[in-house]
Amino acid sequence: MEEEQVFTIPKLPLDEWVEQSLEFVTDHFAFITKATSKLLGAGIDNVVAGLTYFNPSVLIIAFGILAWRLAGRNMGIFTILGLALLWNLRLWESTMETLTMVFFSTFISVSVGVPLGIAAAFYRGFYRIIMPLLDFMQTMPAFVYLIPAIPFFGLGPVSAIFATVIFAMPPAIRLTCLGIKQVPVELIEAADAFGSTNRQKLFKLQLPLAIPTIMAGINQTIMLALSMVVIAAMIGAGGLGGEVWKAIQRLNSGMGFEAGIAIVILAMILDRITQKIAKSYEV
Amino acid sequence: MEQINVANVTKIFGEQPPLALEKIKVANVTKIFGSQPSLALQLLGQGLNKEEIFNKTGQAVGLANVEFNVQAGEIVVIMGLSGSGKSTLLRCLNRLIDPTQGNIWIDGVDITTLDHDALLTLRRQKFGMVFQHFALFPHRNIRRNVEYGLEIQEVPAEQRRLKATQALKLVGLEEWEEAMPGQLSGGMQQRVGLARALAVESDILLMDEAFSALDPLIRSDMQEELIALQTRLQKTIVFITHDLDEALKLGNRVVLMKDGQVVQIGTPEDIISDPANDYVKRFVESVDKSKILTAKAVMIPPTVVAHLDDKPTTELLQRLKAEQLNGLLVINDDQTLQGMVRLEVLQQAIERGDSTLQNILETNIPEVKLTDSLQQMIALLAKSSRPLPVVDKQRKIQGLVTDHTVLTALAKRGDSAAAKIGDSTLVKKGD
Repeated sequence: MEEEQVFTIPKLPLDEWVEQSLEFVTDHFAFITKATSKLLGAGIDNVVAGLTYFNPSVLIIAFGILAWRLAGRNMGIFTILGLALLWNLRLWESTMETLTMVFFSTFISVSVGVPLGIAAAFYRGFYRIIMPLLDFMQTMPAFVYLIPAIPFFGLGPVSAIFATVIFAMPPAIRLTCLGIKQVPVELIEAADAFGSTNRQKLFKLQLPLAIPTIMAGINQTIMLALSMVVIAAMIGAGGLGGEVWKAIQRLNSGMGFEAGIAIVILAMILDRITQKIAKSYEV
Repeated sequence: MEQINVANVTKIFGEQPPLALEKIKVANVTKIFGSQPSLALQLLGQGLNKEEIFNKTGQAVGLANVEFNVQAGEIVVIMGLSGSGKSTLLRCLNRLIDPTQGNIWIDGVDITTLDHDALLTLRRQKFGMVFQHFALFPHRNIRRNVEYGLEIQEVPAEQRRLKATQALKLVGLEEWEEAMPGQLSGGMQQRVGLARALAVESDILLMDEAFSALDPLIRSDMQEELIALQTRLQKTIVFITHDLDEALKLGNRVVLMKDGQVVQIGTPEDIISDPANDYVKRFVESVDKSKILTAKAVMIPPTVVAHLDDKPTTELLQRLKAEQLNGLLVINDDQTLQGMVRLEVLQQAIERGDSTLQNILETNIPEVKLTDSLQQMIALLAKSSRPLPVVDKQRKIQGLVTDHTVLTALAKRGDSAAAKIGDSTLVKKGD
């Protein structure tokens, strides 16, 4: 056919390059990734086991009180009713699995993302490199991260967390950087005029003033982590995503809807509470 | 590393600052903003001005060959409009901005050569700074704002607290220690800014348009307060403003700037009575001179005075009339003011044939000191209309002031150096 003759320039073997480099990493660093996988996997199992050890009613009340203290009475009531509904729908264990994965992903994202954000705020060169990288990380379809995760960490929740961290970390980096850059120049100048070192400026001025913005970043990270953890069910992460995945495979809309509602309730609880915390830091 | 080596610091500044007359000495300081400062420096050397250099090279001249010095305990006001380089100059003093060329000595140490650590020490030990928009740290309460300078010097918490409280007392805000900056009015916030600068107990205060963002009344209060504080604390103050009234009120000396260059340096009176060029003259026109000008600046020489024992003569009378004076000032042997004889009374005494002025002398007459302002003299002249004697501390006669001299001084628009105030022949230039 004529159409085929048009493409005489050979295809760029981008896929092969990526494959090869990933293979290289898998071959040479598998001992690290596998060890990490074991450690993290054990951690996740323990936390889930711990959460499901208690009768759900105890935890529901505990979460309710926590929400009430952090975000007000209405949020406390909503938390209790919402979680009670999840329990009733027999989704309690899946919810705890998802919550644990969100927690681990967020923890890793924040502990890596905030220092990177600080570095990006201080070093122009680093900022120029990392910002396009963050665009890349956020626009690449999330599913794609799942594929290399499997050879690195094997099927299961650790791979899910790996993919989730990549997907959910950018806002933590971006907003930390933004928060620090937003500190008014006048205040920086005042700190300089009194002879502050860079470290003193960071800890006494820039970070404290950036906290509301950083908290907004953490809130976004949590929301992204939740959405990714659901997608990660495709590689055997389990949890509420697993329920949705099962429903899709069986074309069972009722079951899918139940799991979907559970995700929405969990998302609302996490979102409102972290938003309230972020607000409480505003000056 | 950012750790400061204390031993080094002592080496740099010595146990005591070296004896130097000038607290701050600025020599030939030039600042070029842009990527090719050397090119701009070269053109500057060829005598091109700021605008020409910018058009040719895209480099902005912030400061051009600035020279001045500040004595210990002096308030020097740097005055200029926006873009005149005054803020840049202030920031060169503690190297928040690095000068492109030139030297700055603080207590005899050339700070342009200091490395990073020594620079931090310099800022900690020598300077307190107050900012136009207060620059208080919004997440810290008032006390912790004031403590900031001490905190970064790792002063123990208890001592820090004590000094912060003292500094807040100085500015009258000790009740507000626990408040947050956002809860305070602008005037109060700037007091906190001042307290923060005072708490570090440095010798030099840098004040960058410190009162410009305040309401006029509060601003005036703050000016008074600064003057009062200064008489107690005797800091060396470099104050920046775009307001000539403020400059003349606060400054022991004023440095007038335009386009990055010093136009004139002098006492407020120098600037008012002897503007260096048209630019300064235009500023001076709008100033309320009656507050600034002193008796010393406006008085005329005491050409017609008589001794206590002089005989009243027609010649004296003629000379008084020639000078348009309606009173004769009388002194004794050591030129101390004794009193005045009115023109009418003198005439009667001549007719009577008195032998001395003793009997007709009025001893209880108003007099002014050399430093009294025109405003005070106007009040006295409004009451008596006789010539006012100007005396020094020993009450020796130095000159005299009449309603005519006062009006002349006020009418004068700072025309030229030749037309010294006190020259009563000066006629107001019609415009």
